[in-house]
Amino acid sequence: MPELIQSSKVSTITKTNDFVVKFANVNGSGSASANSMFAKAVFRMGIPISPHNIFPSNIQGLPTWYEVRISEQGYLGRRGGVDLIVAMNEQTIGKDIASVVPGGYVLYDSSKMLANELLRDDVTYLPIPLKDICLTEFEKPAQRQLFKNIVYVGALSAFLNIDFKVLTGLVGDQFRGKEKLILPNIHALELGHHYASDNFECPLTLRLEKSNKNSNKILMDGNTAIGLGSVYGGATIAAWYPLTPSTSVVDSFGKYCKRLRIDPGTGKKKYSIVQAEDELAAIGIAIGAGWNGARAFTATSGPGISLMQEFLGLAYFSEVPIVLFNIQRVGPSTGMPTRSQQGDLLCCAYASHGDTKHVLLLPSTPKECFEFAADAFDLADRIQSPVIVMSDLELGMNEQICDPLNWDDKRLYDRGKVLTADQLEEIEKYGRYLDTDGDGIPYRTYPGTHPEKGSYFTRGSSHDSYAAYTEDGTVYAEVMDRLALKMRTAVNYLPEPEVSETTTNKLAMLYIGTTASAVNEVLDNLAKKGITMDTMRVRAFPFHDSVAEFIENHELVYIIEQNRDAQLKSLLKIECNTHEEKMHSILSYDGVLITAQFIEQSILESMQKLDASGEVPA
Amino acid sequence: MSYISKPKFKHPQMRTNDIGLTRRDYEGTLTTLCGGCGHDSISAAIIQAASEMSLQPHQVAKISGIGCSSKIPSYFMSKAHGFNSVHGRMPSVATGANIANKDLYYIGISGDGDSASIGLGQFCHIVRRRINMLYIVANNGTYGLTKGQLSATADIGSKTKSGEESQFDSIDMATLAIELGASFVARSFSGDKKQLVPLLQAGLTHKGFAFIDVISPCVTFNNTDFSTHGYKNTWENNIALSEIDFVPMREEITTSYAPGKEKEITLHDGSVVHLHKTGNNYDPSDKENALHHINAYKKQGKIATGLLYINQTTSDLHELQDTVNKPFNSLGVQDLCPGSEALRDINSTFR
Ligand SMILES: Cc1ncc(C[n+]2csc(CCOP(=O)(O)OP(=O)(O)O)c2C)c(N)n1
Ligand code: SF4
Ligand SMILES: [Mg+2]
Repeated sequence: MPELIQSSKVSTITKTNDFVVKFANVNGSGSASANSMFAKAVFRMGIPISPHNIFPSNIQGLPTWYEVRISEQGYLGRRGGVDLIVAMNEQTIGKDIASVVPGGYVLYDSSKMLANELLRDDVTYLPIPLKDICLTEFEKPAQRQLFKNIVYVGALSAFLNIDFKVLTGLVGDQFRGKEKLILPNIHALELGHHYASDNFECPLTLRLEKSNKNSNKILMDGNTAIGLGSVYGGATIAAWYPLTPSTSVVDSFGKYCKRLRIDPGTGKKKYSIVQAEDELAAIGIAIGAGWNGARAFTATSGPGISLMQEFLGLAYFSEVPIVLFNIQRVGPSTGMPTRSQQGDLLCCAYASHGDTKHVLLLPSTPKECFEFAADAFDLADRIQSPVIVMSDLELGMNEQICDPLNWDDKRLYDRGKVLTADQLEEIEKYGRYLDTDGDGIPYRTYPGTHPEKGSYFTRGSSHDSYAAYTEDGTVYAEVMDRLALKMRTAVNYLPEPEVSETTTNKLAMLYIGTTASAVNEVLDNLAKKGITMDTMRVRAFPFHDSVAEFIENHELVYIIEQNRDAQLKSLLKIECNTHEEKMHSILSYDGVLITAQFIEQSILESMQKLDASGEVPA
Repeated sequence: MSYISKPKFKHPQMRTNDIGLTRRDYEGTLTTLCGGCGHDSISAAIIQAASEMSLQPHQVAKISGIGCSSKIPSYFMSKAHGFNSVHGRMPSVATGANIANKDLYYIGISGDGDSASIGLGQFCHIVRRRINMLYIVANNGTYGLTKGQLSATADIGSKTKSGEESQFDSIDMATLAIELGASFVARSFSGDKKQLVPLLQAGLTHKGFAFIDVISPCVTFNNTDFSTHGYKNTWENNIALSEIDFVPMREEITTSYAPGKEKEITLHDGSVVHLHKTGNNYDPSDKENALHHINAYKKQGKIATGLLYINQTTSDLHELQDTVNKPFNSLGVQDLCPGSEALRDINSTFR
């Protein structure tokens, strides 16, 4: 029997398909795959989920959390608050139990007595002697440790009414090819399930019911999608230096290349991955490859971005296409390496010394990560300049529900303005930086194209239209003006903002990237209070004209972003020539995904203040 | 100034090479370096080496960092694409370029500041990565372009024109390259074209990473009698460990072996390097021996030159990574894109 029996029945929250389960573990204890098995089981039951890893910058022994929001309505942001905690970490158990909302549940390993001070009278305890069960059932020490995690997933299946067949199916999928592991895993699941159903009234008042919300959806993380998008986009060269949270981009690229980029005739590789000595070399390799006509990328995060600045200026000024994936994490400096932020907007938009500007793509779902990754290679070739895809740890390393990826087989790669030997034949005098078309984009040639024509000298020093060195200020200024024109041309090729607009709303929200996950919930909640708002999700920089127009068309626009200094708002101020006073910042920068609650609260408070001052838009 | 192009006029009797090009076809823009700068002799040696070998200029990519030395690519083969990158980072740019298209000749040009200081890390790693290229350091013991500061290759006690004396141990780029796995390492002197030209030819032909440390005096800042990188010291103290002739593949059948030949090395394309007797019976295929000789001479204040080390058995990066034969930059959507059906299968693994 459970060691702890509550004297009187505590009142419990009753919810179906709408609650938060959080797992508190020690990192390196093998909990990750068990926890994601739980999440995937709920996903396969057709119920929308959004799992979030909150993990330390450490390999073993520190606390790590995995939070799964389950939401029939499809609210995929973080909700805040925990309805059921699986408290497996003795270091944090006090805080973990305290985080549970009144009426919630605490599942813990009762092989050891729970200290008195950890007892709350407003939550229900679900003691399971995980360690003892594994000690009697499994022989190898590693199994005894690992299967504790699987046993609690089994118990949860009874507590929450997870379809057991879904779980066994998942085990089968996970260990395909390693059949020996299937039986012990299923056994562990059953142990947990039986213990829970034998000792508690199952299911709990928190429970799951099969739904149909995920038909045709996939559950994928953004970095996997970027790696795959790079394969589809025709990247042949990845140069990188390991850095959380960008590492799994290259892991994914490598994994899919191994499968999809082997020449069937020869078995040889149609890709190259170079683990460089640092980020300077990584971007240098991408630039050398881009200059020579191959599609190349590098993936990094804040500290790497800082190192890449000089090279980004070279690529901008000498007009070399490269793709850079920045999976943002919390800065400055080493910051919080395993937490998320949108803090590199300014330093990427204008990376490097002198007058520079770079194209940024701002995805918010794994599907968009895939699409923007593939598009980035076309774009970089088209505008002959770096394209930086700005993801973040939240999007990169957490699985998210999204529509399946698709690819149009009729799509060709847009290699931009590249002259062939035949075209060079027709040209009297080739000028690498001549603006023949008046759009700011000149024609380039790959080395080795033509014996007589088309060669030029690429340099980061000032040059004229024929790529010759010049210190003539007028010529320099002409080149700089053309580069500015080129950036304006680039906007035509960038993804438009996603807008939801009515003619009557005077209030609006404008945001980018992962902030989007909270917005539909904010809108629904505000609507209940009679407040309606328009929204704009910006998807690229430099901004389309429609961004400034959107701000113009509203009396008040909340600029919601995940950094301290309102970097998105700064960009809007610099670039949009719009009324600054219309833009109100909502800023979240504690390293975890912004919540709907926080946004809603901030909006309501600001409206109250404006109300008091008589400024609220009627 | 470098943007003044040279007269295009070709003398009708100007000698043409095997592919019908004259020396002029291998020239670049007019130099802007100081009169007498060693770097100009390197450009001239490259022009001679390439025209004698009948290289197609447009099949060459010239890549450099920043410095007086890094301007050298402007002064040879105007028909080749050039890339003057950023200070110390030529190796990474050359690496990327080489991966993108394995079929070109890559000539990387750098200085001692560029490669032994700011770019030392990149230098070490391009050696380790075995990029198939010729990497030249125009080594003057000083930072020419920033007006004569001591560089990391300046020997202890060596003095620049301003009288500044080097207090720190110097970095020997040649021994470093040997240690790190370069498969062709030579040292030469910009003033000794007879030695430098065949070394350049052999280095260009060698499959794998070829490195030549070329002592190239900076006449403006570091050519004093007390500078170990000046003309005087280099003439007086340079000891050729091995002297070579280079016989390109297509000439091999007709050329008779030069007298005094000690050994011959056939390069991967059939070209032959003849090693002449220098009296010391030097074996450039022995790594330990090479390091020993270089260091022993250095102790005596001598500079060991010539072909120092060669190993023809190592693979280059493309072989190590087992990449396809077609250059990456020629692969199109049919070669690279797995298509919608494969994507449908991938989707199904995420359900
Ligand atoms: C990041 C950076 N720092 C400093 C410089 C200034 N700088 C230009 S060339 C040079 C040294 C060049 O020395 P070396 O490579 O030996 O070439 P040399 O001029 O002697 O041929 C320096 C320090 C620079 N261009 N970039
Ligand atoms: S300063 Fe020295 S290295 Fe530079 S061009 Fe003049 S002589 Fe040559
Ligand atoms: Mg120098």
